[in-house]
Order: sequence, then structure tokens, then C-alpha cells
Amino acid sequence: MRSFAVRRLMNLVMTGLCGVALVAAFIPLTSVLYLVISRGAAGLSWDFFTALPKPVGEAGGGIGNALAGTMYMVGLACLMGLPLGVGAGVFLAERGDGTLGNTVRFVAEVLSGVPSIVIGIVAYAMVVIPMHHFSALAGSVALAIMMIPGLARATEELIRVVPGSLREASLALGVTNWRTSLLVILRTATAGVVTACLLAVARAAGETAPLLFTALNNQYWNFSPVQPTASLTVAIFNYAISPYEDWHEKAWTASLVLLMLVGLLNVASRLLTRNRLKGAR
Amino acid sequence: MTAATSPAQTDAAPAPVPAAAPAGGSIPKVEVQNLNVWFGRNNAVKNASLSVRPNTVLAVIGPSGCGKSTFLRALNRMHDLVPTARVTGKVLVDGQDLYTREVDPVLLRRRVGMVFQRPNPFPTMSIEENVAAGLVLNGIRGNHRQVVERSLRKSALWDEVKDRLNHAATSLSGGQQQRLCIARALAIEPEVLLMDEPASALDPIATAKIEELIHELKEHYTIIIVTHSMQQAARVSDQTAFFYMGELVEMGSTEQIFTNPKERRTEDYVTGKFG
Amino acid sequence: MSPESSVKSPAVHTDKAFEADLREVREKILTMGGKVEEQIAKSMRALTERDSELGEQVKEGDVEINRLEVDIDDLCRRTLALRQPAASDLRLITTALKIVTDLERIGDEAVNIAERAIELNQAPPLAPYVDLPRLAELAQDQVKKALDAFVRADPETAEDVLGSDDQLDDLFVKIFNELLGFMMEDSRTIRRATALVSICKYLERIGDHAMNVAEMVIYMVRGTDVRHPRSRAIPA
Repeated sequence: MRSFAVRRLMNLVMTGLCGVALVAAFIPLTSVLYLVISRGAAGLSWDFFTALPKPVGEAGGGIGNALAGTMYMVGLACLMGLPLGVGAGVFLAERGDGTLGNTVRFVAEVLSGVPSIVIGIVAYAMVVIPMHHFSALAGSVALAIMMIPGLARATEELIRVVPGSLREASLALGVTNWRTSLLVILRTATAGVVTACLLAVARAAGETAPLLFTALNNQYWNFSPVQPTASLTVAIFNYAISPYEDWHEKAWTASLVLLMLVGLLNVASRLLTRNRLKGAR
Repeated sequence: MTAATSPAQTDAAPAPVPAAAPAGGSIPKVEVQNLNVWFGRNNAVKNASLSVRPNTVLAVIGPSGCGKSTFLRALNRMHDLVPTARVTGKVLVDGQDLYTREVDPVLLRRRVGMVFQRPNPFPTMSIEENVAAGLVLNGIRGNHRQVVERSLRKSALWDEVKDRLNHAATSLSGGQQQRLCIARALAIEPEVLLMDEPASALDPIATAKIEELIHELKEHYTIIIVTHSMQQAARVSDQTAFFYMGELVEMGSTEQIFTNPKERRTEDYVTGKFG
Repeated sequence: MSPESSVKSPAVHTDKAFEADLREVREKILTMGGKVEEQIAKSMRALTERDSELGEQVKEGDVEINRLEVDIDDLCRRTLALRQPAASDLRLITTALKIVTDLERIGDEAVNIAERAIELNQAPPLAPYVDLPRLAELAQDQVKKALDAFVRADPETAEDVLGSDDQLDDLFVKIFNELLGFMMEDSRTIRRATALVSICKYLERIGDHAMNVAEMVIYMVRGTDVRHPRSRAIPA
């Protein structure tokens, strides 16, 4: 039996180590924020958000088309990926106990671990080659493929976590099984599912590799699905690897914009899913 | 020293218990005939037959695992949802067998309501929304305020929540949540109310309130309550049925079961002689 | 109705303390019953052997009987409060509460007999005691049978007790008439005769109390209350 003093000392040491770990974890996070904000804030302007990029040497210009392209492609990806992802999750939770369910689950797990560049190549082969075109559609497909597995697994977990007693209660009221699934079970899991969706979107918005050989890039505005499109992430990439100093600065500013976008999505997810009922625990 | 024993007890296999005769010739509200419930090869309820008169309370008692909850759930066809379950026999409500093809299990659950052991209000809904859930989820539109008030009054909860109907249902205490679940069950106007150990998760005062509530509800509903507390069965019910290992051993008036049971097994259970 | 099961229940209460409490109730009643039987015997001997010393002992002995009554009542009340007995256990406890009252009264009647005996011993005997000891024997027999029926949970013995009560009553009437005869013949015998009539009355009452005990034993075993058959409502 260790003495009380030794145990207390041990407790202090361990607590201290946890504190150190906390600080250590904070360092990269805060340094990222600090660097991006300090280097990129200077370039923020209305012009930056709305203008087209200027050729080398000319001052000014912005990431208007890149921002729009990101939003456009992510939006398309959402249209494809969210219903499929959530739907797959609901299927896995409700009827996923057989061979089919286990297979789907396994595939989803594997897919979520596949590097994004590989997904990009797959989308290239699936969409770009048949279309003979780089296109926004290809980019969206790549992004959607990235969203689906994570969403499916998250949705399945969220639904499984809903207590079975709620299903029983609903059925005992004479509600049909499918209505129970939709109106009670899914509704209870909604907050979690919305969060999962927004996080999937935020992740998609931050991907670069899959867009490199699907959407390629575009110096001009583009809203057609069959044409190559600029995106925020590819723009950052291009600016960053260029030899020009002012383009480097543009990279920092664009990074800041991307960060702000992701941040906004997170805040939105919290706002949308807060419990509006009074006194809820 | 010798123990006093009832001479009517027998150790031989008992004859099938006849259904309790309805008093005054009234038709029993609920009548069960030769009910068997199988889970795979396990015969969880063996050939149970009994009947319940309208506006009375039947308590179902027995040790853990004796099949009393299984029996109760067979009365509103909750076993339909369990793939490995098989039910044979008849369950008649007002003379109509629930286990025939023509009967829609969903509709029947609106006539035979159920309250569970742990209060289970829908967490994303307010108090008012919970009470009206049985109507709203079934697609019945309209303003349900009156029904909500009436149901909450019937379950003795109105006075405590009338000023906070839009608060989360989870903000209520355990006893209140259970009364909320009762109100929710009553809102769809069932005729029979099944209660599966409704007070077992509650403290004594909340339990007393629920028991008092059952007394009041008896006037308008027929109630079948499963309980593991013999004292509760004694306090609350008019008739008591004792189950043991899936078999309905004895059924009779509560007074008779607790002062002079006919079966040795009932006597042993009621006097606490079960190991 | 199925035949009575023979005496022992194979199962015991899971709660051993409860089992012990019930056993204690039975044992205490038997102790009390034994004491009471002893008191009756002694008080009658005080009379027939003209031994007033025995009479005094009977009076002192009543204290213990009263103490036993209080003890058993307390035990029963505690069992009711703490154990909520049901079925046969409930019938045992409620029977015990009632039997104890009757036993205590029998004890009181024995004291009364002793007091009359002490009085009578100060005067010459009226006549050889023949029928009176016979009446006492009958009464004692009733008490013994009733207690036996309780011990063995035997309703048939209890029914015997109920059936023999008429015998007791008839003998009482015979002795009473005889003593009445004495009194009418010779007024100097009145004092002693009335004391003897009192003793008969006490013995008759002891017989009644024994009958009460027997009725309660029948209820305890069979669960049917056989008291006051003429006053009961006709069942529907």
C-alpha cells in the first residue's frame, strides 16, 4: 500500500503531464490560426472576394471564381453525397444486420481510409475520360465519394444510439414502423446527423488532391458542370508553389478565406442543432 | 414445529385454470384462450387462459423470467416485431380475436395501449408534443390542445405542467415523466391499458401517485398491470394472476390469492418461500 | 377441495429471520398454553385437596401469563409491520393474536377458581366433589385438544372440540340444578353453594374459550371462518 503522500504526488505528476499534453496539442492549432490570420489578413478586401485573378505581374485580382467554384462544386457534391450517405446510414442501422449490411459496412470503412488522391484518380477514370473533359461534375463526384462513407458510418452510429425504448413507445401508440423510423428515430438523431453532414461538407470544401485532375482549374467564372472549374484549394496550391512573392501573399489570404468558410460551417452546425426546447437536459 | 398449510394445495400437476367467470353475466373485456408464445424453441408462455372484466384491474405477478412481461406483450401484438417470436392461441377484446388476419396490428395498438417500465418520452419533443404524439405521428391533424389538456388531467399531471407545456419533456422528474407517458397513451383513447411494471423505476412517493392514478383510471379503462411487487399487486388490483415458469398457475380475486391461495406454488411465492 | 396436505411444508421462507419469528410465535403460544393448562389443574387441586397454598400460587402465576400475552402481541404486531405476511403466514399471525386473548382469559378464569377455592377451604365442604371435578376434566380436555389442534394444524381435532361443547354445557346444567337443590333445602349452604356455582360458571367459560381457539385453528388451516354460523349473511 503506497502511502498517502506518494499517491498525492503521483496524482500531481499525472495531472501535470496531462496539462503538458494539452498545451502541446494547442500549439499547432494556435500557430496555424496565428500564422494564417497574421499573414493573410492584410490581403482581405472586397476586391479579393469578387475579382478574377489577374495575370502575373499585375497587381490586384482575387479569388472570386475560386470561391464560387468551391461553393458550386461542394453544393453539387452535397446533392449527390448527402442523400446517399445518410440513406446508406439509415439502411445500415435499420436493416444492416445481414450479409449485405455487413458488406456495405466493410466497404464504407475501407473507402473512408482511401487517400483522397486515389479517389481523384478514380473520378478521373470514371468521369473525365468518358467525357473527354475536365469538369466541375467530375470534381463534385470525387468530393461526393469522399463524403459518403464517413456520413454513412456516422449516421448509422447516431441512429443505433437512439434507445430502442423510443421505438417501442412509438409502436405502442399504433404508429407504423416506417413512420416510427422517420418521425421518431431519425428525428431524435437529427441533431447529430446535421452535424455530421456539415462536417462532411467542411471536409469536402478543404480537399485539394481530388480536384487536381478532375476539375482542374479555370481562370474565369464557370457555372457549367461540364467545364473545368476553379476551386479555393487548387487556387491556394497554385499560388503557393509559384515563384512570385505577391502570389504567396494571395495564398495566405486565400487560406484565411478557406479557414473562415470552414469556421462558418462549424458555427452554423452548432446554431442549427441547438436544442430549442426550454429546460432540456 | 409444523407449519400451517392450506389443505387445498396440491403438489400434483394442476388442472388448466378455468377463466374467471364474469360477474353478473357481463362479457369479459379481454379474454385470453390457450395463449402460447415461443421464442425459437423456448416456450415462454405455456397455454395461458384467463379473462378480465371491464373496468377492473388485473395484476400479473411471478418471479423474474416467469413470462409475465411476455404474456403482457402478446396482448397488443408487440411480438409481431420480434422475428423469432411465434404466438398461438386467441386474444379476444370485446369478443374479437386480435390474432386474425383481418385485424391490423397498428390499429389494435390504438385500442390497447401500453406503458413501459422506464419512462420513455420522446426527447426532442416538448411536453405538449409528447402527449399529442400518438395523434400527430399517426397523421391526425388539427389542434390537439384540448386532447392534451384532457389527457394530462386524467393522468394527474396537468396542474404540475400547465404553465410549461412547451418545455422539454426531459425536464420532468422520473415520476412526472411516467405520468406523461401515461397521458400520451391515454390521448389516443384506448379501451385497455397494459402497464409493464410502471412504477419499478420510481421512488415510493411517485409510485404511490401512480397507484392512486390507477385507481382513478379504473373507472374508464380496463387495466392489466405486470408487477414484481406483491404489495403493489395487493394494493392496486381486483384480480391477480400468478405466473411461474411460463405457466399461469393460479388466478383469482386479489383478496383470495393473498389470504388463501389454492395452489401450493402460489402460496410459496406469496409467503416468500421461493429460493 | 383437495385433502389436507400433511403437516410440514417442504419449503422454508427465504428470509430466515422471518422463519424464526414465525417459529417463535408458535412456541410462545404453546408455552402460554402449557402454563394455562397448569393453572387450571392447580386451581382445581386447590379446591379438591383443600390446599389454599396452591390457590395463592395460581394467583401469582397469572403474572407470567399476562406477560406472555403482551410478548406475543408485540411479536405479532412487529411481524405484521415489518414482513407484510400473506396467505398462511397472515392467517397464523391473526390467529395467534386472537388465541392469545382467549388463553389469557382462561388464565383469569383459573385465578377466579382459585379465589373461590380459598374461600371455600375456610368452611367445611358441602358434599364430596364428584361432578365438579368431572366438569373440570372436560374443560381441561377441551383446552388441551384445542392447543393440540393448533400445534399439529389439525382441523379435525378442532372440530372435535366444537362438537364436545354440548357435553360441557349439559354437565354444567346438572351441577347447577344440584346446587340449587342444596340451597333451597338449607339456607346455611347458600354461601358455599353460590361459590361452587361460580366455579362451574368459570369452567364453562373456559370451555367456551377453548371453543374459540378451535374455531380460529380451523380458519388458520382451512382459510374459512366458521365462527357465528347463524349470524353470517347467506352467501350469494
